[in-house]
Amino acid sequence: MSILANRVTLLGRSGLNLVAAIGRSGIFLYQALAGRSNFGNPFGLLLKQLYAVGVLSLAIITVSGVFIGMVLALQGYNILKDYGSEQAVGQMVALTLLRELGPVVTALLFAGRAGSALTAEIGLMKATEQLSSLEMIGVDPLKYVVAPRLWAGFISMPLLSLIFCVVGIWGGAMVAVDWLGIYSGSYWSNMQNSVLFSADVLNGMIKSLVFAVVVTWIAVFQGYDCEPTSEGISRATTRTVVYASLAVLGLDFILTALMF
Amino acid sequence: MPESSDFIVDLQQVTFTRGERTIFNNVDIRIPRGKITGIMGPSGCGKTTLLRLIGAQLRPDSGAILVNGQNIPQLGREELFAARQHMGMLFQSGALFTDLNVFENVAFPLRVHTQLPEDMIRDIVLLKLQAVGLRGATQLMPDELSGGMKRRVALARAIALDPELMMYDEPFVGQDPISMGVLVRLIRLLNDALGLTSIVVSHDLAETASIADYLYVVGDGQVLGHGEPDELMNSDNPRIRQFMQGEPDGPVPFHFPATDYVDELLQKERKA
Repeated sequence: MSILANRVTLLGRSGLNLVAAIGRSGIFLYQALAGRSNFGNPFGLLLKQLYAVGVLSLAIITVSGVFIGMVLALQGYNILKDYGSEQAVGQMVALTLLRELGPVVTALLFAGRAGSALTAEIGLMKATEQLSSLEMIGVDPLKYVVAPRLWAGFISMPLLSLIFCVVGIWGGAMVAVDWLGIYSGSYWSNMQNSVLFSADVLNGMIKSLVFAVVVTWIAVFQGYDCEPTSEGISRATTRTVVYASLAVLGLDFILTALMF
Repeated sequence: MPESSDFIVDLQQVTFTRGERTIFNNVDIRIPRGKITGIMGPSGCGKTTLLRLIGAQLRPDSGAILVNGQNIPQLGREELFAARQHMGMLFQSGALFTDLNVFENVAFPLRVHTQLPEDMIRDIVLLKLQAVGLRGATQLMPDELSGGMKRRVALARAIALDPELMMYDEPFVGQDPISMGVLVRLIRLLNDALGLTSIVVSHDLAETASIADYLYVVGDGQVLGHGEPDELMNSDNPRIRQFMQGEPDGPVPFHFPATDYVDELLQKERKA
């Protein structure tokens, strides 16, 4: 009986902890984004963070984008040629990238590269009392440290996703047109005829924006809420990548069901 | 009877618990304005927690914490950040911003809270760094400084805005004898020259007693005693005497609560 009671207690406590963490993260997001900052130049901080989370993620995004576009073209060609439809490979590459792989893979890569860095950076600032120090100087760390990182994530991820799609389509063209010999007019005109701006490009961007909010929110909250020890920071960084990846994949299914 | 305005900080019936442990139990502490007050007590008795309560980085379970008449735990977020602009805190680790050099660390409060022109910011920063003896280190990054130097840069940063209330968390830990002497004099000098009120949290008896105008001895969740340093040195209270004379064990236990030592050592043998 006592073992059962312990299990129920444990389950209840986990549930309460989960609800408390969701509540804390909601208040955290509201306090970071609402209201005005009480210090000089928030745009300078935003630019610095755009560079850190956006520009520095460009390499991994472009390289991954090229390779994924190339693989898509190769696999698409092998399947489509059995039906004599290999001319539609451009359409397949573009739609797959714009609707699914662009936003999803960008978000997963962003969580691994920029998200984990954000968590570790904020966690370390907490452990070394830099956040406490900001508070005692009269500067709200939610506005000075968290808000610029949140906005930088929200702005940069949809742009990175667009870049991912563009280089992916270009990588697909390299394989399909230059290597496999598909007529370049078919590759590009099929794509042009089938891809719709609002249905495909815009929906992909909306997906990417949703992922940006979720991934960046998880990353900065885990850093801010972590236990300020080396072990605590390590656990928080792992949680960022796991939670963000699962959230992206789960949300992708829901958004796809709603959009397409 | 002193007026309430004679005290810049007034803790009334403050209780603070962390988990199952009561750190403060209905504690009353009043910090006289314009003086250096030392808060002393054994390690782990909640001295740093006390500073964090005054700075509202922690909230008490009950009681009021008045700073300049404002009940700090009840302030809204924006009012709290405004109130903190009049406080300075020297953290034990220094807590310098690792992405900024020494100059920018000290200039930081001036840049975020004032519209001063760049040449005036430069003058103020050099003035503060000269006071702590580190004017030559303006271009160094925090990871190029020793622990003691970090603390002195942090002190220069904490006084950049000339706060009304300066709180020092264990300022003497890890200082070499020269820096220690300089720091002791500096705390006194800053307090008197700038008209500050200082709270020095420390377990370094000699240094704190030498500069403090008033002392509180805390331990076991309570204020064990308070008064001028000489009064406390000659106190009859065994708990205060134990701390002031540095006796290892007495009414204030040296050991964290535990089961009987011999029992615990023999427990394994008995089981075997």
